[in-house]
Amino acid sequence: MREISKEKIVESVSALCLKAAFELPDDMRKALGKAVEAEPSPLGQSMLKQLVENYSIAETKRMPICQDTGVAVFFVEMGCELCITGGTIYEALRTAVANGWKEGYLRMSIVEDPLFTRKNTGTNGPPIVHVTQVPGDKLKITIAPKGGGSENMSRLVMLKPTVGAPVVADFVVETVTLAGGNPCPPIVVGVGIGGNFEMAPILAKKALLRHLGDPNPDPKYAEFEKMLLDRINATGIGPQGLGGRTTAMAVHIEHHPCHMASLPVAVNLNCHAARHASLEL
Amino acid sequence: MNIRKIQTPLTPEVVSSLSVGDEIRLSGTIYTARDQAHRRICALIDEGAELPMDINGAVIYFAGPTPTPPDKPVGSAGPTTAYRMDAFSPKVIKAGLRGMIGKGNRSPEVIEAMKTYGAVYFAATGGAGALIAQCIKKSTCIAYEELGPEAIYKMEVEDFPMLVAIDSRGGNLYITGPEKYRERT
Repeated sequence: MREISKEKIVESVSALCLKAAFELPDDMRKALGKAVEAEPSPLGQSMLKQLVENYSIAETKRMPICQDTGVAVFFVEMGCELCITGGTIYEALRTAVANGWKEGYLRMSIVEDPLFTRKNTGTNGPPIVHVTQVPGDKLKITIAPKGGGSENMSRLVMLKPTVGAPVVADFVVETVTLAGGNPCPPIVVGVGIGGNFEMAPILAKKALLRHLGDPNPDPKYAEFEKMLLDRINATGIGPQGLGGRTTAMAVHIEHHPCHMASLPVAVNLNCHAARHASLEL
Repeated sequence: MNIRKIQTPLTPEVVSSLSVGDEIRLSGTIYTARDQAHRRICALIDEGAELPMDINGAVIYFAGPTPTPPDKPVGSAGPTTAYRMDAFSPKVIKAGLRGMIGKGNRSPEVIEAMKTYGAVYFAATGGAGALIAQCIKKSTCIAYEELGPEAIYKMEVEDFPMLVAIDSRGGNLYITGPEKYRERT
């Protein structure tokens, strides 16, 4: 059994928090660059150019790409032959977030009591952590900081199993249309189909982590993704919801077996600042 | 495309001269306020109490910047989604507010108040927090410090890039913009 200390995880993940906040992943940069060329709306194009300039400034000056540095969402793949000493993965990530957020002057956006006091926790914690166990002795950690604006526009529906793909497609397009400019288009659309009531949204969130524009390995789903992207970009919503052809840069679907009575569909929208960063220990 | 430079406080003449789609560079003093600050401002208006800022002709920026690092005048400071302030904005507009900066569409009630009292809604580019920070020369917390990022900050800005998304006649780029680019099937 390989051992890794909690401290080692804290140190590495604190640095990862800053990388995610300051540096937009390459796939997103490429997509925004292409969008500037393709966008027919002059105002839309001007806003897309601002986004390109923004991520350069953020990286050069070590500033957050967006002031909403988000809730810290982690996806952890933990090898079954690995043991963390000195604490749990949850404790390690909570400390890493508190340290990283403080060191990088990132915004503390989390409130303790959601309904009554809404007092800021001052640590941006607790993070939201999804752990899966995998073969081997490695620890892979991905952080996907998620802003409130696009998260607020996400939706879940439990459909009848016989309604079929057209109704699923309408729900996805309707979600994007209702959201309009609120989630900061051009967006990335994560769709989770199947699983159950709590799993579909996790699938949708995971879909956002896929390398931008890589199709679903199943050709039927890949075709469905392409059709959804075309429909979304035909809505005219455009950059920032002010009109144009670049509403979404990609639609990613993740699917999973489900109960014969159910067809859960979750749509998780991500702003153009689709930040994520990974490390392996 | 013409870019127009304007200055705070906004006069009724400037407000009525602004039209949907105008690209603007705003200079002067603006105040940040988001959800909790709006709730408190509206409670003060109801009580007839003094507000933390001079609201006449003022511009409110819906924003919660990242903390100011020691070597910079401000952290990242892009706009937040404006609909969350829709329940409060009509009251603040009635009290004298003439400009709002945010992102995303507004409610019919807000637009009605903008038409009645003369106010304009500017869209800043959501997610361009580092870029916008370059136009903010000074940022000082003037109220509700205990709210952290939700406190009210007084900001001195120079050539803040924005565009007129909803004008004082009710013209609305969130409606007309997408209509123009929608593909008919």
